[in-house]
Amino acid sequence: MSVKSRIEYRLAQALSPDRLEVINESHLHAGHQPAFDGGGETHMRIRIVSASFAGLSRVARHRMVNELVKPEFDAGLHALAIEAAAPGEPVRW
Amino acid sequence: MSGIHDFIDNEVKNNDVVLFMKGTPQFPQCGFSGQVVQILDYVGVDYKGINVLADADLRQGIKDYSNWPTIPQLYVKGEFVGGCDIVREMFQSGELQTHLQGQGIAVKGAA
Repeated sequence: MSVKSRIEYRLAQALSPDRLEVINESHLHAGHQPAFDGGGETHMRIRIVSASFAGLSRVARHRMVNELVKPEFDAGLHALAIEAAAPGEPVRW
Repeated sequence: MSGIHDFIDNEVKNNDVVLFMKGTPQFPQCGFSGQVVQILDYVGVDYKGINVLADADLRQGIKDYSNWPTIPQLYVKGEFVGGCDIVREMFQSGELQTHLQGQGIAVKGAA
């Protein structure tokens, strides 16, 4: 099971998102460290719309996502971009 | 570890704006850190950049201190503001400039 699939599963289970995209952007970061050849799943982007975020600060939303994805950081995930919105908030995707 | 905690605590409490980053403001070594440097420079705020790559204990210590798994991390007046995505969103909406000014911090490029 890919990192992308595991992240999608964890977020879907915990946050019941209206929309969810998990994008592997590792190829954009190939070569910036010797270990990154761009072929792995080191750099991911999460785009998520969930009612769970309503009324929460940006930091609180990111903390929720980071906590759910923590096993992937422990397993070698290097970078995570997060775009978290509540339903009705403007998104650019 | 308590030494690192005290070092970080001292830095964020004795400097108005502190950016924990990879590399230096003059030579960022990570695209996310570089984005925040560009934003802070554009806003025109004085800040202290601290290179977490210079010290392995610091690199882990700042993650523990903030309970935040990634670098960069921006602190204003001792308070954690966020990482690259949050700083960029706040900058684009004008909240970052408002937040800095609300804390009494000079923002040269605000006009």
